Amino acid sequence: MEKKSLWKTITGSREASLVIVLIILCVFIASRNSAFLTPGSIEGLFKNYAVNFVLTCGMMLVLIIGGIDISIGSTLAFSGMTASLVLRDFPETSVPVAFLISIAVGTVCGLLIGAVVAYAKVPPIICTLGAMSVYRGLAYLIAKNEWVSASEFSKAYKAFAQSRYLGFGIINNLVVIVIILIVVFYIVMKWTPIGRKVYAVGSNAEAALVSGIKVTKVKLACYTILGALAGLSGAMFTSLYASSQGNMGEGIEMDVIAACVVGGVSLNGGRGSVIGVFLGTLIISIIGKGLPMIGVSQFWQKAIKGLIILLAVIINVLVQRQMDKAALKRREI
Amino acid sequence: MAGKSGRTIIAEEKFSLKKLLVRWETFLVIIFILVNIMNSNISDKYLSVPGLFNATNSFLSIAFLTLPMCFVLLIGEIDISVGAQVALSAVLLGISFNAGVPMWLAVIIALAVGVLCGFLNGIIAIKFTELNPMIITLGTQILFRGIAEMILKDQSTGGFTSVKWFSNLYWGKIGGVVPVMFVIFVICAVIFGVVMHKSTFGRRMYAVGSNKLAAKYSGINVPGMRLTIYTLTGLFCGVCAVFASSQMGSARPNVGAGYELDAIGMCVLGGVLTDGGKGNFIGAMISVFLLGLLKYGLGLVNVSSNIMLVVKGALLIFAVMIPHLNLGRFFKKKAVKTA
Repeated sequence: MEKKSLWKTITGSREASLVIVLIILCVFIASRNSAFLTPGSIEGLFKNYAVNFVLTCGMMLVLIIGGIDISIGSTLAFSGMTASLVLRDFPETSVPVAFLISIAVGTVCGLLIGAVVAYAKVPPIICTLGAMSVYRGLAYLIAKNEWVSASEFSKAYKAFAQSRYLGFGIINNLVVIVIILIVVFYIVMKWTPIGRKVYAVGSNAEAALVSGIKVTKVKLACYTILGALAGLSGAMFTSLYASSQGNMGEGIEMDVIAACVVGGVSLNGGRGSVIGVFLGTLIISIIGKGLPMIGVSQFWQKAIKGLIILLAVIINVLVQRQMDKAALKRREI
Repeated sequence: MAGKSGRTIIAEEKFSLKKLLVRWETFLVIIFILVNIMNSNISDKYLSVPGLFNATNSFLSIAFLTLPMCFVLLIGEIDISVGAQVALSAVLLGISFNAGVPMWLAVIIALAVGVLCGFLNGIIAIKFTELNPMIITLGTQILFRGIAEMILKDQSTGGFTSVKWFSNLYWGKIGGVVPVMFVIFVICAVIFGVVMHKSTFGRRMYAVGSNKLAAKYSGINVPGMRLTIYTLTGLFCGVCAVFASSQMGSARPNVGAGYELDAIGMCVLGGVLTDGGKGNFIGAMISVFLLGLLKYGLGLVNVSSNIMLVVKGALLIFAVMIPHLNLGRFFKKKAVKTA
């Protein structure tokens, strides 16, 4: 009996099953390559995938309200490019100012999408499909098809992603940003009225409207926050790779949505947790970083990733069905 | 829309749709004419028979994707894996041709691969109805393109030009005037149009798109229809892959990147909205030619591809925004009146 209940808590809780998958994955990779589970490698993992962690937090919001945003890669490129151009033309710009510029551009991008989706009631997939090409085109246009190379960035900006002054000399700056964001999101989504409102809009927009939640405003806010985070990751991205190209972040939206889905966010809205999303991103990142370390060709990665996403969503459905069936059985008795 | 009986849905759909579409299509035709005037001002060779066929050939291989995409959108679903399906079909066509398979068999292999990909999408969609088609095709999109990359790595496979009839599929002209591809496209388009508007299958698609549950209870085989439509989409991805390979004479794993955006954009601008149950085939076809010719014309005056990206995206957003705004007000007023 006890064993069964333990089994139930594991299959019942998304996070627990994700942790198990994570452990299996880590053990498997570490047994093939001992360099995988070293502090340096782990820090590298979080540093290189910091952008994904930031974006998944915002994407989770948008998915929970039942929307989707596939334009974040382009927003990242546009805002990151704007900040890089400012840094190139005004070399004395300080790091925080560059970050603020990037965040501001991203916020405006997100606000526009939010307004079109929330007020003009355009389906989010179509709106962001369009926005994806608009922002990507703008990123190329403002840069006049050139790219900003490492020598044109200020030293402080390049050093930001590699140094640890925000983390008291222990943790990398980018990782600190990720940690702060995840903690804030966890608290907001779990224990504040704002978080409850987001879930309410996602589970049943009509009921939320009737109970006095300003649905359009919540939607607008979610897209704007995602835009701001895409702007933030634009600055992080350019600082990390010390270069800025028009095509940066292309396809990152698929990775981010995949991480959310693996982490248990429902595309129909109303479901998803910060911890789950964090674990989902971690799994996707480990697949990205770990597979090359055990000698899997980089050309296999995409197919494996696609397969994992499909399996994750299908298993999710099967588990859900099993749980519904069990609940029904209990009620009949 | 929910909670209304089937009869009122049909009655109201017909009434409001007619009003909306009459306006929308005239709007499209006006833009279409404007685009043509612009193009003929840019190039004096444009308004001649070879000039026009040159222009249409530049976008018709993508247009093959819009035919089944209309059906997919009409039943209220979406398929964003079409670009990846094109890539996988094209890559397997190239691989099998270079492995010594005769070209006609390689073409059949490409079509079969497309059908298989579409069938996989469809089978997942009907076995796991809880899943949003968006997420299924997102997963298969990454999977299909991943397999294409797995097979070909970062290489390309070519040499198709050595087979004369194959390159004639794109470049050849019947009687030296009408391109082969254009003829095939027109035949396909007529078949699709007739199926959509003049057959029971078409009526059923509108029913499924308006209300899946009501359609199911009225005896329509919804899973069968979804499977058919997804498989059909796969087949036409194969067709698109054949023409694209014929045009370029080679295939790479990144063929067809962004085709899903083009195909969905063309349908949506034509009034086949993503909500399902709305739209009409003529509108979609007008918008295929409108967007294609616009792109061709902008290319003639050397407008940078970046500006084209911006224009394309903005056009898509506005196209969907305008009817949505009107529709929202229309329904709201009605609701107030009846209340």
